[in-house]
Amino acid sequence: MLYRETGVFHSSYAEDQAVFKLPLDRYAVWIVVAIALFVIPLVTSNYVLTDLLTPFLIMSIAALGLNVLTGYCGQLSLGTGAFMALGGFMTYKLVTSFPTASALFGVDLPEISLFGIEPFDIWFVLMLVGTGLITAVIGLLFGLPSLKIKGLYLAITTLAAQFFLLWLFIKVPWFTNYSPAGIAPAPPQTLFGFSVTGAASPVVNRYLFVLMLTIVAALAVKNLARSSYGRSWMAIRDMDIAAEIIGISPTFAKLSAFAFSSFLIGIAGALWAFVKINSVQTDAYTILLSFQVLFMVIIGGLGTVLGSFLGAAFVVLTPILLNIGLTSMNPLLVSLGLGTISIAMIKHIEFMVFGALIIFFLVVEPHGFARLWQIAKQKLRTWPFPY
Amino acid sequence: MPGIARRLTNREARMMKRTLIGTAAAAAVLAGSLMTPATLAAEEQFFPLLSYRTGPYGANGAQLANGQIDYLKLINAKGGVNGVMLSWEECETGYKTDVGVECYERLKGNGKVAAVSPFSTGITYALLEKAVADQNVLFTMGYGRTSAADGRVFPWVFNFPATYWSQATSIMKYIIEQEGGVENLNGKKIGLVLLDHPYGREPIPTLEALSKDYGFEFLQYPVPTSSMSDQKSLWLEIRRAKPDWIMMWGWGAMNPTAIKEASLIRYPMDRFIGNWWAAAEVDVRGSGVPAEGYIGATFHDVGDNAPVFAEIREMVHDAGNGTGPAEEIGEVLYNRGVANAAFVVEAMYTAMGEFGDKALSGEEMRFGFENLDITDERIAEMGLAGVIPPTQVSCDNHEGSPAIKLQRWDGEKWEIFTDWIPAMTDVVRPLVEADAAQYAQENGIEIRTCE
Repeated sequence: MLYRETGVFHSSYAEDQAVFKLPLDRYAVWIVVAIALFVIPLVTSNYVLTDLLTPFLIMSIAALGLNVLTGYCGQLSLGTGAFMALGGFMTYKLVTSFPTASALFGVDLPEISLFGIEPFDIWFVLMLVGTGLITAVIGLLFGLPSLKIKGLYLAITTLAAQFFLLWLFIKVPWFTNYSPAGIAPAPPQTLFGFSVTGAASPVVNRYLFVLMLTIVAALAVKNLARSSYGRSWMAIRDMDIAAEIIGISPTFAKLSAFAFSSFLIGIAGALWAFVKINSVQTDAYTILLSFQVLFMVIIGGLGTVLGSFLGAAFVVLTPILLNIGLTSMNPLLVSLGLGTISIAMIKHIEFMVFGALIIFFLVVEPHGFARLWQIAKQKLRTWPFPY
Repeated sequence: MPGIARRLTNREARMMKRTLIGTAAAAAVLAGSLMTPATLAAEEQFFPLLSYRTGPYGANGAQLANGQIDYLKLINAKGGVNGVMLSWEECETGYKTDVGVECYERLKGNGKVAAVSPFSTGITYALLEKAVADQNVLFTMGYGRTSAADGRVFPWVFNFPATYWSQATSIMKYIIEQEGGVENLNGKKIGLVLLDHPYGREPIPTLEALSKDYGFEFLQYPVPTSSMSDQKSLWLEIRRAKPDWIMMWGWGAMNPTAIKEASLIRYPMDRFIGNWWAAAEVDVRGSGVPAEGYIGATFHDVGDNAPVFAEIREMVHDAGNGTGPAEEIGEVLYNRGVANAAFVVEAMYTAMGEFGDKALSGEEMRFGFENLDITDERIAEMGLAGVIPPTQVSCDNHEGSPAIKLQRWDGEKWEIFTDWIPAMTDVVRPLVEADAAQYAQENGIEIRTCE
């Protein structure tokens, strides 16, 4: 009944090439975006916005980035944490070296205020794009080995990025403007006259800012994946020799995937520093983060945009919700006279349950959450008469 | 409510109000029956405890947390702070910065916050601005951002009784004394074994400055957080370089490993000095070697001689309410947990002297911290002799008057063997002010004037 193509006629190329060809899909996505934009900021608490949803969105951008590389192009990477760190440190260097446009170009962006909105206050976004470009170039450099080696061997060479870049940020104090502990505070930033990062900025601003970047990133990945770039990535992923024979340049396909992936991951890293932890420090970008993002991509579903979001939601939110859930059981246990679970035990249970869930989901559906959704759609399509 | 009330008749509105109040009361009773006393009443002072009992730093973190909670329990058992009861909730950070930030956000709304003590330099840096925005005091007792000692730039952060930079200079003073004068330092080698983490890197600028002044060679031996329990190659390097003195800025599983490796290369233990996070019982015992002669810095006495510990035994542990094992009372990190809680409670007393006996807001707590003047008499009155040093905080100096004592491991227990060694404030303060000024400039903070 639902999700049927029957009766949906495309009368133009534009309609035929739409991301969501079915009206139902289209409405559903618009509704989700509208809820995320207008309803969630009104009904949720500050805690949910800052510490559940904003990190989820930031990690979604990182997962989207890694999905381009691993999901679409088939190149395994364990350097995500390092490229996120690069994003964080580069944005910090850019915004402290060039706090305004005049510091770089000698001339300022015009200061115009329309109804309290300053349309030219976009310097921070430009700095983020600049960060993305820098991480793209560095990512491309670390992608060079992929031209010779693949699979697990490539994963090991991307590990080099993880160790080298983090070592560099610790070793060279220039990256933190000579801060004694090697931690730089992330200076607060504005967009359109609104404060969007830093502890003093309203929580809703931070959330909406990250949300908008996430939407742009998702649209970009979705559309790139449908373009000739995406097709060449997937061809390389599915069989690199065959792809080369039909005229796809592996060099170009692999390096473009590395560059674009690092671009998104760099921006995610910058947001992680500026929006989530308010400081730029290497300890926030350990190898653990690289693995987490890889888990998101694998558990969510390789090569899908939806999977990046589902995977990020699972990896970011499950441990926190488990922890809160177990902690809130304590009063109940006390009233039943059973004593309390210590917070160390809660942490251990959290780890165990989370690990068990990963195994469970991978056994039940090796293609990730996105595949579950696909199956559900197929079922809905034939419902209520499956035969 | 007013919006609804306007559209209803008076009678309806009154009835509705009564129903709502009734429901609310019932809900409150229900909720109350389900909740622990810790989260019950409104007029309690809330302690958000960002602790860590798991992972490679868990052995150290657990004692700190137990000490803090035991002292809070003791205060409650004695009737609170001028009648204001204390409540607390723990959140496990695992010493991870992003988890710590999440924990802070989770706990901060649970009541009137006394002070936030994350026991992690990484988390401290991440909370510097959040604490200001939320108007919560960040009390980083002898850790965190050193330049936060400049209260003009960091009004919400307090890091007395001494910062890492001060501590490093105090240890240097001891070394100078042992070497028989500054002139003998020329050409000597002093190594720093450090956790490669913001915490471990904090003393580097000071030691670099001192090495230029005194002409000794300053060697750095960073231990990555990912391989704290494997330091073989590093100590091989140390054996080759033969530094005359080694200082250690270590934490967690790194400390016992370092002490063991030092003993394996037969490095003289009486020339190996840990800072006050690298000199606890768990560190030495965990090393599995006698480690006789190993030296550590501290700002409080060792052992359980202070009357407060007898009270904790009697009113908390014997009442079946102890947080951790009773044996750890009197151990270094446990005592430090007690000291942390005691400082906050003293700040509450100071604030209550100004604002009255009630649960205090963040701004009031800040006043309490900034006007803290803990004298020897006051310490004796609270039964805290030797647990906290006399401390005087002011508007521009949030570090107090830094000084340390040194303790030596005799194979069984720690023994203090020096008197107070004051820090080289003349060296440290200019560095603090320069770093704070840079922070203020980068973050657009107006430096307040202190009169």
